[in-house]
Amino acid sequence: MEKEFKKTCLHDRHVKLGALMSPFGGFDMPIQYAGIVEEHQAVRTACGVFDVSHMGEVLVTGPDAEKFVNYIFTNDTTAGDSGKCFYGMMLHPDGGVVDDLLVYKRSATNYFLVINASNIDKDVEWIRSHAGGFDVEIEHLSDLMGELAIQGPEAENIVAEVLGLQCSELQFYTFKDTNYNGTAVILSRTGYTGEDGFEVYGPHAVIIDMWDKLIAAGVAPCGLGCRDTLRFEVGLPLYGDELADDITPLEAGLGIFVKLDKPEFIGREAIAMQKASGPARKLIGLELTDRAIPRHGYEVLNEKDEVVGHVTTGYHAISVDKSIAMALVDTAYAALGTGLKVKIRRKCFPCQVVSKKFYKKSYKK
Amino acid sequence: MSKIYFAPTHEYIVVDGNIGTVGISDYAQRALGNVVYVDMPEVDDEFNAGDDFGAIESVKAASDLFAPVSGTVIEVNDELADNPRLVNEDAMANWIIKLEISDLAELDNLMDAEAYEAHCAAEKH
Repeated sequence: MEKEFKKTCLHDRHVKLGALMSPFGGFDMPIQYAGIVEEHQAVRTACGVFDVSHMGEVLVTGPDAEKFVNYIFTNDTTAGDSGKCFYGMMLHPDGGVVDDLLVYKRSATNYFLVINASNIDKDVEWIRSHAGGFDVEIEHLSDLMGELAIQGPEAENIVAEVLGLQCSELQFYTFKDTNYNGTAVILSRTGYTGEDGFEVYGPHAVIIDMWDKLIAAGVAPCGLGCRDTLRFEVGLPLYGDELADDITPLEAGLGIFVKLDKPEFIGREAIAMQKASGPARKLIGLELTDRAIPRHGYEVLNEKDEVVGHVTTGYHAISVDKSIAMALVDTAYAALGTGLKVKIRRKCFPCQVVSKKFYKKSYKK
Repeated sequence: MSKIYFAPTHEYIVVDGNIGTVGISDYAQRALGNVVYVDMPEVDDEFNAGDDFGAIESVKAASDLFAPVSGTVIEVNDELADNPRLVNEDAMANWIIKLEISDLAELDNLMDAEAYEAHCAAEKH
């Protein structure tokens, strides 16, 4: 039997626009409209809008909200005021990543968590199962809320002029509770493209109205295809590729989002131990001299043709016009400049370890 | 006079005598989107009908290329190594390999243009 995929509130819009649709994270999602390259360029040079309503939302409220979020989350949410966004992970006790997420601190008693579509059921169960002993209420809002990402150098003008939402005062990784035609929405200066941009969360009717206005104003509709090429070029991780239940944040190079100076959080001991001994594997960047494309799962070999790791994401990158990849390899082969090989179908192609910041981010800070 | 045949996996083969020119159909290049790499075999490589002889990659994914009939590679289109997007510009003009066909009878297993069009229409639904 064919599996039924969930649909976002904008599904019929995507179909009408002629998008190529494909399953992602349990949803039938738009991969591209005009084409991945065109959409990628629109975000790098102007502005694009993404339907990211597949993302999950969880609201944690109550007297212990801060204490609880800080217990399940690696970053330190006491280190910022209300109105700040925090990136970090929820960890298993062994240090593997349950999910990476954005945490919105509305107040010490009210936190809004944004989780990956593919992990919604796992995360909600995880969050609920660890709430014992905390005076908190956990509301799962994924089915009620939609989300748009408006990304690119022109995003600030578009959000202000087309949506009428004042946003110039928002700093990078901050948000505000505001309203759109009288309906409460959350607007943050965040994204997943390496460009300046905003994300907005609200009820379905509001998200549909905003989408229609943005498309009517000529903003490029952008699919998950270019969302992946954009995030990849600036070295941002995707759960399922660079992060997983059996990959730790230290291995993925995300140690700065794990605050070991916090007294307690799930996974803290495992990460502290791994930090002391040094992780056995590391996420690196690879650059090929050939045009051949290293894809997820392909083997990385040393000069003796021994497998020393695997590719997590790879593309012939659009903004840098090179075949590049992120790969998880044994630490002995992680130093910049190390010569390695990637096995692509029958052949092995030489490559070199490079920084995984393949393209420079241009955030407004 | 040459004749064109199509495989269900969207390769075409234009046959002239016992020489077959193989590429991907216009329908396939459209479905792939921007072609960024063509992985080609080498001259003298031999393939049986249905073997994968290479791959064609769009930004998002790699698709195997299958030999429509058995044969030996006599020429590869080197232009595609540096300029894979030519496939998007004109998939018929920008062939991938030329084969010396070992058994012309295998062509009977392929589709003509009309049958292929129907095959594509059915695939869309």
